[in-house]
Amino acid sequence: MSLLSKSVHEIHNGLKKGEFSARELTQASIDRIQAVDQEVQAFLHLDEEGAVQRAEEIDKQIAAGKQLSMLTAIPMGIKDNICTKDLFTTCGSQILANYKAIYNATVIEKLDKVGANLIGKTNMDEFAMGSSTENSSFFPTKNPWDLKRVPGGSSGGSAAAVAAGEVCFALGSDTGGSIRQPASFCGVVGLKPTYGRVSRFGLVAFASSLDQIGPLTNTVDDAAVILEAIQGYDDRDNTSATIAPTSYRDSLTGDIKGLRVGVPKEMMGSGIDETVREQIKGALTQLEKMGAVIDEVSLPHSQYAVATYYLIAPAEASSNLARFDGVRYGVRREGIDLIDLYHETRSQGFGDEVKRRVMLGTYALSSGYYDAYYRKAQQARTLISQDFEAIFADYDVVIGPTAPTTAFALGEQIDDPLTMYINDVCTIPVNLAGLPAISLPCGMANGLPVGLQIIGKAFDEATILRVAHAYEQESASIGKPVIGGVSA
Amino acid sequence: MSISKEEVQHVAKLARLTLTPEETTSFTQQLNQILDYAEALKELDTDGVKPMSHPMPEHNRMREDQVIPSIERELALANAPEQEEGMFKVPPVFKG
Repeated sequence: MSLLSKSVHEIHNGLKKGEFSARELTQASIDRIQAVDQEVQAFLHLDEEGAVQRAEEIDKQIAAGKQLSMLTAIPMGIKDNICTKDLFTTCGSQILANYKAIYNATVIEKLDKVGANLIGKTNMDEFAMGSSTENSSFFPTKNPWDLKRVPGGSSGGSAAAVAAGEVCFALGSDTGGSIRQPASFCGVVGLKPTYGRVSRFGLVAFASSLDQIGPLTNTVDDAAVILEAIQGYDDRDNTSATIAPTSYRDSLTGDIKGLRVGVPKEMMGSGIDETVREQIKGALTQLEKMGAVIDEVSLPHSQYAVATYYLIAPAEASSNLARFDGVRYGVRREGIDLIDLYHETRSQGFGDEVKRRVMLGTYALSSGYYDAYYRKAQQARTLISQDFEAIFADYDVVIGPTAPTTAFALGEQIDDPLTMYINDVCTIPVNLAGLPAISLPCGMANGLPVGLQIIGKAFDEATILRVAHAYEQESASIGKPVIGGVSA
Repeated sequence: MSISKEEVQHVAKLARLTLTPEETTSFTQQLNQILDYAEALKELDTDGVKPMSHPMPEHNRMREDQVIPSIERELALANAPEQEEGMFKVPPVFKG
């Protein structure tokens, strides 16, 4: 097993006991990337030199007797839409192919402070628009469980890097499922925190009322560790919540007796693959044995969630992506005048999916259509959010599948935007309501991982982590993928 | 409601995009497919429902009106495709 496939806690202990140095730990990550990333293609850019330097510095500090924090020297991957000072931050787009961030995102500052070691930037669908990482304008990432299949998206590079044992954890961003769906496809844990729990300062904005940064990890405990490290109010992000930071690891007790679980019938219907449904039912039976009380509930407006999302998110994106005009940063394409320069820069710099969504959003916001599309979608969003409120009056968590299928084949859906959008049917309602949710492996179907989604009340990550952790302890591990004959 | 090729070209222009004839055809077809799907919202009774623009209760956060440091000019220009005398340089805006 790759050293990087162990939990943060195990690696931390190994480092503390001197079983390996920070330098050796970093080298294990670099070696694993050298061995498998030509096939997996999870990384867009590596910072080997910087990573080795930081590791050597940490080893000196360890020798001098410095106390280690839980994340000291832990190798991490960062999605390429999160700003990392002096390193490429391309968002998977040609329009930012030459862009190096001039500051660190708040989450990077926080992880830096506790000593986590940035190994590289991970691949993604361009500007986080997609569910397969095939919309990266550089190359598609492959699913470590089956290299002919997609890793999911848009944080497909982050999910694949963790699943392949290349790094111990990664950060992703989740606007409509972009952490949870790839976590599900790649058999790792993915957590989308409550909107506002984690600062978005330094996250290149896609849809500002939906975007949230979160971790992709090997274990639920690791997700709790990372969330503790990155959470908190930030005066540079006016949408970050002023709520006090929480200690999540204390709530991982393994005890879920009396837990009230609502299972929306809309998430267990005919739109969900039979094989996926079977694994989810198995997980629910397991939770029941552990003392949870499970009822069928309803999210009556969830059938409108995908349509709602695909009006609201593109509308916000069309505004957010207006900044990419070839004037202040990015790749400029010359024009005969300024307007022409904008047109050339954007037409050559953006890929098809980005153009599609920018136009869809521009249309939904344009005069004459604003009320029919954008305002109507905002009203539907209220109703979808109220559906959850009604359930959470009686239940602690809502549980269902993360995605309606397991990982699909590369190229299978790329020419059909609408089919691709339906991948997010179980994850989108959560973003619209701003709630926290976690995806964790719950068995295999036809040799591919299935993800269980646990949704919580706003700012109640503690409960979803407790339930996920308890389930993880009691269920059989799905193991690790084998790449080139070597297990991750 | 369906979107015509002319409307797609108009929207592209608003978004500062230039489309080839082939792109106009395929985007028109795809946008119509997506908008048809969104038509389902029409059947939803939203009379009196407040539009939701944000997951958190909305309020403005004001800070003290003080001068605080921001990005240094050199750093702000670090990624500029073209610059001159400490400013971003662009082609002519007005025809002369």
